[in-house]
Amino acid sequence: MTAPALYGLCGAALVGIGLYGLLAGASALRRILGFNVVGSGIFLYFGSLAARHPTLAVDPVPQAMIITGIVVALAGTALAVAIAIRLHDETAPARPPGEAEDRDACDPR
Amino acid sequence: MTAPLAFDVVLGVLLLGVGLAAVLARDQFAAITLFIVYGLFVAIAWVRLDAVDVALAEAAIGAGLSGVLLLRAAGHLGHRHEIATSPSDDSLWRRLGTATLCAALAGMLALLSLSLPDEIAGLREAVDAGSAETGLRNPVTAVLLDFRGYDTLLETVVLFAALIGVWSLTPDQVWGGRPGLKEHARPDGVLASFGRLLPPIGLMIGVYLVWTGADEPGGAFQAGTVLAAVWMLAIMAGLADAPPVSRVRLRLAVVVGPLLFVAVAVVGILVGGFLVIPTAHTKTIILAIETGLTLSIAATLALLVMGRPRRPA
Amino acid sequence: MPATLADLGMPLVPWAAVSVVLPLTAALVAALLGRHAHHLAVPMALAGIAVAALAILDVVRHGVIETTIGGWTPPLGIALRLDGLGSAFLAVIALVGAGVTLFARAGFGPDAEGRETRRGYAFWPLVFCTIGGLAAIAVAGDLFNLYVGLELLTVTAVALVALDGKPAALAAAMRYLLFALLGSLLYLLGAAILYVAHGTLDIRLLSRSADPETATLAAVVLMTAGLMAKAALFPLHGWLPPAHGSAPAPASALLSALVVKAPFIIMLRLWFEVAPEIATSVVAQGLGALGAAGILVGSLLALRQHRLKLVIAYSTVAQLGYLMLVFPLAGGSGEQQPWSAGAWTGVVFHALSHALAKGAMFIAAGAMAEAIGDDRMDRLDGVGQHLPIAAFAFGLAAVSLMGLPPSGGFTGKYLLLTSAFASGQWWWAVVMIGGGLLAAGYLFRPLSRLLAKREQPGALLAVTRWRQAIALGLAMLSVLLGLLSLGPYELLQIGRPGSAVEGLSS
Repeated sequence: MTAPALYGLCGAALVGIGLYGLLAGASALRRILGFNVVGSGIFLYFGSLAARHPTLAVDPVPQAMIITGIVVALAGTALAVAIAIRLHDETAPARPPGEAEDRDACDPR
Repeated sequence: MTAPLAFDVVLGVLLLGVGLAAVLARDQFAAITLFIVYGLFVAIAWVRLDAVDVALAEAAIGAGLSGVLLLRAAGHLGHRHEIATSPSDDSLWRRLGTATLCAALAGMLALLSLSLPDEIAGLREAVDAGSAETGLRNPVTAVLLDFRGYDTLLETVVLFAALIGVWSLTPDQVWGGRPGLKEHARPDGVLASFGRLLPPIGLMIGVYLVWTGADEPGGAFQAGTVLAAVWMLAIMAGLADAPPVSRVRLRLAVVVGPLLFVAVAVVGILVGGFLVIPTAHTKTIILAIETGLTLSIAATLALLVMGRPRRPA
Repeated sequence: MPATLADLGMPLVPWAAVSVVLPLTAALVAALLGRHAHHLAVPMALAGIAVAALAILDVVRHGVIETTIGGWTPPLGIALRLDGLGSAFLAVIALVGAGVTLFARAGFGPDAEGRETRRGYAFWPLVFCTIGGLAAIAVAGDLFNLYVGLELLTVTAVALVALDGKPAALAAAMRYLLFALLGSLLYLLGAAILYVAHGTLDIRLLSRSADPETATLAAVVLMTAGLMAKAALFPLHGWLPPAHGSAPAPASALLSALVVKAPFIIMLRLWFEVAPEIATSVVAQGLGALGAAGILVGSLLALRQHRLKLVIAYSTVAQLGYLMLVFPLAGGSGEQQPWSAGAWTGVVFHALSHALAKGAMFIAAGAMAEAIGDDRMDRLDGVGQHLPIAAFAFGLAAVSLMGLPPSGGFTGKYLLLTSAFASGQWWWAVVMIGGGLLAAGYLFRPLSRLLAKREQPGALLAVTRWRQAIALGLAMLSVLLGLLSLGPYELLQIGRPGSAVEGLSS
């Protein structure tokens, strides 16, 4: 087995792991974290599949797309975090601890 | 098993272990800390895949900025935000179902990756031929700013839109104010001296990354991240205050890069086509775009991490 | 470097690129203008319509127009492709965009003392970016470029939903964002697989190289699932009503009319252009069944809402369901299917006329909400007398949504019904007729209130006739699309994929 093939499998597994975090995370932040793990898993999967050629150098086109993807993911993360914080500020003081209301609010199922 | 492959196996196991731990950790801070470590491992994996540009971007943005963003949010939200869900509202069966779905997807992707042939050429040769024409020796920069420059143009607008989105979450009474809380670092403290020492070094690294981006790994996004980090560090050290979002100079810094990019694209229509960069000046024009973009990306990334305004200007 | 456009005998100005860059530039400039940004509304509305008209004119004159960007041809570079489908959507984007920005001009300016406000500042860059992102998707010829466009829409649409800042709006925005990000990830994963398998993400090149193989099938399935989440197609529709119900009315108009259609355009391109050979009969019937479920569930829930904006939002869930009927109606049987052309054209007609009607309806609802202070159904009594133009616009838009002649909605449904009967799939015809009846039911409730006598105390605030007329304009366009359907019909045939004529085949 070559290194790219190995990281390709890692990427596949990370997609599954991150997706679980995104779907079943206990809070908005945990879901955002899961989103980022899926993202990096997809990038790793993509990048290593594009790096498997036995003789040629790594294909730069997927690399450029992945860099774009990393930046776009950050934009989504920043917006999600900002909404989570504002939602918390708006709802938290009125709500006693122990009631996780926004857990339902951000359930993507 | 050869030594490098053994290293890859160890790294792969670490990646999966830390990734899984980050997703499953009970404590939110622990989860985010694990996520940052995970991001650094991912960056190392990219180095192993000969993708140094991606490694830089992953370490700086994927692990670094995202990590800081999540840590600051966790600090603000506190632990109260995260309460273990009761079994009634999220049953074991539902979790098992979700886990099965995720495992099935991962399994399918793994099988697919094994079934695809290794000898897929991709666009390596086309990029090499194109790069020879433009004189950009870093193929990734050539793809990002020239061959697929349109993607990059849209991507900078995505960053801009996200910043406007973050700002739009400001409570009305502090609109136009400064993001974050006023930082009070002790003038003789570690952070302050660190903060005084780092900006010049960081600035140099940032400029270097833009300058070499055309030929060596680096470029506007990586340089922008370094500069953003420098700026945030100076603010955290109390050396500078976060600027109010109503300041015109700040807004100009945010939009100048994309506007310059658009201008080059439109002027291109006159010389041959949308976003056509005259071959004779490719390197100069791309360096100019990169400089403008670096400034805008640095400002936007830092402001994205600082979050919405919290106090009056 | 390839020859310039002029050498290829192509038009000199790449209107496809201009239609993307113009609103994006406006967004960047709006961020600088601050409290003066609302002055961009009128010039941008006119410019947008002019560019779309010129784009259509070029398509009619030259056929499909391919614009290479930076002089690099695919697969290395990115091409924009302007065909009948794309230019028709450009026109609707420009028209609805103009309606939205002109209506919002009054509500999103500086405050009474002339100071910049949060809402007034953020609205303009977000709306112009949304319009630019929509245009980018209508003309894109590259699947990764479409990904970036989709993400631009995600960010701006979510921020628009959250703009009011109330907890319900924030919760709806969060939910929307998580769905949309999940959708983007699945789409990106599929695109990555396609690139690895075929060495390109250019739609035209993929359509030539795609063989019926596992990688392509897996990729298209993943991308379709992701796009369905973004387009709020049943069963992934749950985020839409709270999101579109919480956004400011003009933003809701843009979101409900167009933002949810963007992923559908990509689905059409994927199934009909990239990989028409993978649509087996089971897959096609399955997608159609999801659409039918969406029509039923959306309509029934629309019947039970107590807020006008939620009725309209659930109606969007139902109307989006019709879009999925294109898959079973356009084939999957593997033989020549003469009726599939009608299905493809019909579904595009439906999407276009729904966009105009839904834009009109949300703007009319916005005018009514301004007059009564909120959008509760039980307070709508007699508003028709107070806002006759907005109420008429609402009724006219309802005609198109119900699919009554002579509206554009009728033309779309007529084409779909014809192909359902021609292909012997009468059950889809039952679904469509049932959906029309349900639409009449859920739209009759607000309409009857609007026409009732006002017995409630409390004065209604004024909304200028001119702003009400914006809704009427869009509603009339939706009807005109049916009355003058020949022109748009001819336009849509330009660059229509072969599989839309011969049917998807397995």
